[in-house]
Amino acid sequence: MTAVTEAATATRTLTYAEAVREALAQAMTADERVFLLGEDIGTYGGAFGVTGDLVHSFGAERVRDTPISELGIVGAAVGAALAGMRPVVEIQFSDFTAQAMDQIANQAAKIHFMLGGAANVPLVLRAPGGSGTGAAAQHSQSLEAWFAHVPGLKVVMPSTPADAKALLLAAIDDPNPVVVLEHKLLYKERGPVPEAGTRARLGETAVRRTGEDLTIVATGVMVSRALEAADQLAGQGIQASVLDPRTLSPLDDGTIVNSVVTTGRALLVQEAPKTAGFMAEVAARIGESRAFGHLRAPIGRLCGLDVPIPYAPQLERAAVPQVADIVREAGELVRRW
Amino acid sequence: MMDLHKDAGAATEILRTMWTIRRFEEAVDDMFARGLMHGTMHLSIGQEAVPAGACHALAEGDYITSTHRGHGHCIARGARLDAMMAELLAKETGYCRGRGGSMHIADVATGNLGANGIVAGGVPIAAGAGLAIRLRGQDRVAVSFFGDGAVNEGAWHEGVNLAAIWDLPVVFVCENNQYGMSMSVGKAAKVERLAERAAAYGIPGSTVDGNDPQAVYDAVAEAVHRARAGLGPSLVEALTYRWKGHSKSDKNLYRTREEIEGWRERDPITRFERAVAGTLTDSEIAGCREQARDRVRAAIRTAHAAPDAEAATLTDAVYARSE
Repeated sequence: MTAVTEAATATRTLTYAEAVREALAQAMTADERVFLLGEDIGTYGGAFGVTGDLVHSFGAERVRDTPISELGIVGAAVGAALAGMRPVVEIQFSDFTAQAMDQIANQAAKIHFMLGGAANVPLVLRAPGGSGTGAAAQHSQSLEAWFAHVPGLKVVMPSTPADAKALLLAAIDDPNPVVVLEHKLLYKERGPVPEAGTRARLGETAVRRTGEDLTIVATGVMVSRALEAADQLAGQGIQASVLDPRTLSPLDDGTIVNSVVTTGRALLVQEAPKTAGFMAEVAARIGESRAFGHLRAPIGRLCGLDVPIPYAPQLERAAVPQVADIVREAGELVRRW
Repeated sequence: MMDLHKDAGAATEILRTMWTIRRFEEAVDDMFARGLMHGTMHLSIGQEAVPAGACHALAEGDYITSTHRGHGHCIARGARLDAMMAELLAKETGYCRGRGGSMHIADVATGNLGANGIVAGGVPIAAGAGLAIRLRGQDRVAVSFFGDGAVNEGAWHEGVNLAAIWDLPVVFVCENNQYGMSMSVGKAAKVERLAERAAAYGIPGSTVDGNDPQAVYDAVAEAVHRARAGLGPSLVEALTYRWKGHSKSDKNLYRTREEIEGWRERDPITRFERAVAGTLTDSEIAGCREQARDRVRAAIRTAHAAPDAEAATLTDAVYARSE
């Protein structure tokens, strides 16, 4: 299903962070309007080392270090986009988008529509989210539902190195604002990545694994956990499909619905807290669709607890779904119904 | 610097711009009071010298960002009156096809990056336009208009600071009309002059009579010159006054009739007409007034005749949607 795997080009093994960096370099090489803006992205190389040595190749004008000033950074990117540039902003932790929310939600997201289509804001906002690093409540959130709830933002959550590159390139090509939520725990994960600048289409759910007994829909770091769980479930004789929406808005719900029609069971897995989370939207789309009549079990949601992310490692692990949780919930869903 | 009073061409243009803003907003006020116009709006009657003087210092290709009280900036930058009026009347032919209304009119053709419903929202955007100018090696400037209320927003601080540290070609024009809705500027800031804030960013700041187009023009022209020369941004505070209420909900409970009358006596248009009496004849001055009236009337006629914005096309400009 993924455009990436169809690419007839050489692939190498890269980390997710290297894949993001390669996308940025290729986009800047191809289009002089593309430039980077963010805190400590120059000589320091980014808080998570994503921009690395890009400043040496492209210079400090295009790999632009900013003060700690998230609202100013995103606002400047909106203005630069309106004036003909293609800025790619890095917000150091996705939690800090709270500082910039006016420019994200009230400006970038609204301008094209509010002006009757007279202007575009080709802005990409990259930000790492997620827990698992002991950074506690203000550096560990999964805020995708905030952005997905705002008309005028496209929201992307890459879960593999290949997608980190292919989705980012597509986001940079897009004439409108795209929020790309990377995951800190994935930055060091390795996987095959095409050398060429292959794009993934925004709004296309990837089918990562196919099985007949249930459909697991997962986002971000939960995709790899769901795949690991699916392997264990296979040992118990349960065959799971694993679907990765990749783009939350616009959402390709058709692929999800088709899968649930086949399996009759859905387990929706996210790291973010359950209440009003993105998987509530996925559940509703399934419930509203022709899949409803094919359901053999209630739609299950396995989510983060409705708590701020805690510091202590044992508490942090308990706050978000782990592989064993997915195996247990999926097994119960299949055996009970 | 040009003496606007002595140059017949400049004097005519400034006077015609101020009258056009005045007549446009009077017409809007009237239609609104008669229930012929929907929504809300914020009038800048009494403040016309600021956009007229400031925009006279700009060239083609320069950018502006504007505010919720933005009709004047839009008109002074050369926007089409019929498309503005059509927008206010919720017509398909409006600048925003009826999606934006008074608070979101932009005119990309004249470098107007848009009015803004968020106080100080346009300030970092102007810094970003300045950054684009720099990265593209252009000889342009970006002027950010905002009110006295904006200077206490975090966005204002962040936008001005970014422009300052990068020496961006941006001019920050504070249209100090004395009130942020009902909060007087004296209660909202500890400094005597808002232009003093410039020192905190290491940029020049000046305070001028915002009811005198010449004073506004001089200060903004100097700031524009600096910006084009690569010397970075400036802050110009123009002292003026909003004659009308903040918006339709305003009962004027926070200020006195005497205060309003005092400022009306310093009407920027009357003052400018007196100042240019030696340069323009009475009939030339009357001509500016009549042209403004006629243009506004024509705009209203054209807008009224235009088709309404239609619900059938509501989602035309929506790009993030599930198929």
